Amino acid sequence: MNDPQIIAEVIDGRGLERTLARLAHEIIERNRGAENLVLIGLHTRGVPIAQRLADLIRQIEGMDVPTGVLDVTPYRDDVGRRHEVLKLKTTHLPFDIDGKVVVLVDDVLYTGRTARAALDALMDYGRPARIELAVIVDRGHRELPIKANYIGKVLPTSLGEEVAVRLKEIDGEDGVFLVTAKREG
Amino acid sequence: MQKHLLGLEGVPREEIELILKTAFSFKEILSRPIPKVPTLRGKTIVNLFFEPSTRTRISFELAEKRLSADTVNFSASGSSVQKGETLRDTIRNIEAMKMDMVVIRHSAAGAPHFLTRCIDAAVINAGDGRHEHPTQALLDMMTLQERVGKLEGLKVAIVGDILHSRVARSNIYGLQTMGAEVAICGPKTLIPVEADQWGVEIFYNIDDAIRWADALNVLRIQLERQRTGLFPSLREYAAHFGVTRARLEAAQKDLIIMHPGPINRGIEIENDLADSEFSVILNQVTNGVAVRMAVLYLKSGVTETLE
Repeated sequence: MNDPQIIAEVIDGRGLERTLARLAHEIIERNRGAENLVLIGLHTRGVPIAQRLADLIRQIEGMDVPTGVLDVTPYRDDVGRRHEVLKLKTTHLPFDIDGKVVVLVDDVLYTGRTARAALDALMDYGRPARIELAVIVDRGHRELPIKANYIGKVLPTSLGEEVAVRLKEIDGEDGVFLVTAKREG
Repeated sequence: MQKHLLGLEGVPREEIELILKTAFSFKEILSRPIPKVPTLRGKTIVNLFFEPSTRTRISFELAEKRLSADTVNFSASGSSVQKGETLRDTIRNIEAMKMDMVVIRHSAAGAPHFLTRCIDAAVINAGDGRHEHPTQALLDMMTLQERVGKLEGLKVAIVGDILHSRVARSNIYGLQTMGAEVAICGPKTLIPVEADQWGVEIFYNIDDAIRWADALNVLRIQLERQRTGLFPSLREYAAHFGVTRARLEAAQKDLIIMHPGPINRGIEIENDLADSEFSVILNQVTNGVAVRMAVLYLKSGVTETLE
């Protein structure tokens, strides 16, 4: 596998903080507060992003928003179509989602298949009042009729490119980069 | 990653770790309001049980259903086997009906290996003769890991009829690979002669084993063995090797007690001890479904692993 090459830095560290702050404000603006909210991060980078959004909402609204972690691997539509097994990660939803407004959080919205899997997974946990989607980058190329409610940046890409969201918690630095697609071989 | 799960002998540590890690993820799924995921939708799994089994068969069946696979059950009684069909013909016929995986329990050691030479589907050993019972050992290891946090350095004594036990063999292979220390304990007649080459401690006295161990895996004494003269009577076995609260108290130890079931209460384990705070027997049963989900998932039509 060739290491992806950076084509451009799209959002720098400070910029990412501002983007997250705006997303946090949009979430509480649209929901008129944080009363009935829960944030659920999708593996891998959705998890720390959801945590940061929860921290920001606490600073703004002065209340804790429950956060959870969801692994959609068992719900993917390509299990058995790939010549490899995807490793399962942990799911931890330490609260009831019935009647709640669930904000799914991920780093990049692309084909929409992960979001579709996440919707199915949530339905097995309960019946939320509403499910919303927050992403740092929407890079286009949807294969399903799915759109995000909160978008950090719309970034038109070609299929030969990928979007890498890098986070302090995982990668040691913050930033969003346009990179060359990984090639097998 | 191997295509089949025939035994734990020779299975590398990374693969056992991956199975256990995956099993813990599936255990969380089992606790959901809807404990079912669409992961193996469209896959067909055949459960071939040539030997009676309740727990293992139900556990596999439930694991398959929790993963949304289609399942077909085949048991030897009342089947073509009684009409004289060979194992090869049975499996070739079933394969002709299109299936993706086979779970097999057979009284002959090596039957699952034989199947892999007849068909393309992935084969999971659910117990073959006195050879191996890998998913039982995996669920035992998962239960220990859950209780203690790690297997490395843990001292596990397997007590009872080691000679006829596939559970013992799989546990020894798996636990040693994971860095645990293993001992076996039982009457001399029920310890196989080759046991001194297994790299395990051998105890002929249950109190010595209890003093040594952090966990006991108490095997079922198969009642029909008494007739073969390997031990004088069930009462005598219970008196010498039965695990009792008095023995644990004498050793002043908080042991973990496991049992693969079905239990002969009052023989290999004291009645009330099986339900005591020491016992993780029902945790084993719960973990069995999660472990089997993990194995089925990881072996579902895959040729190589990611990373």
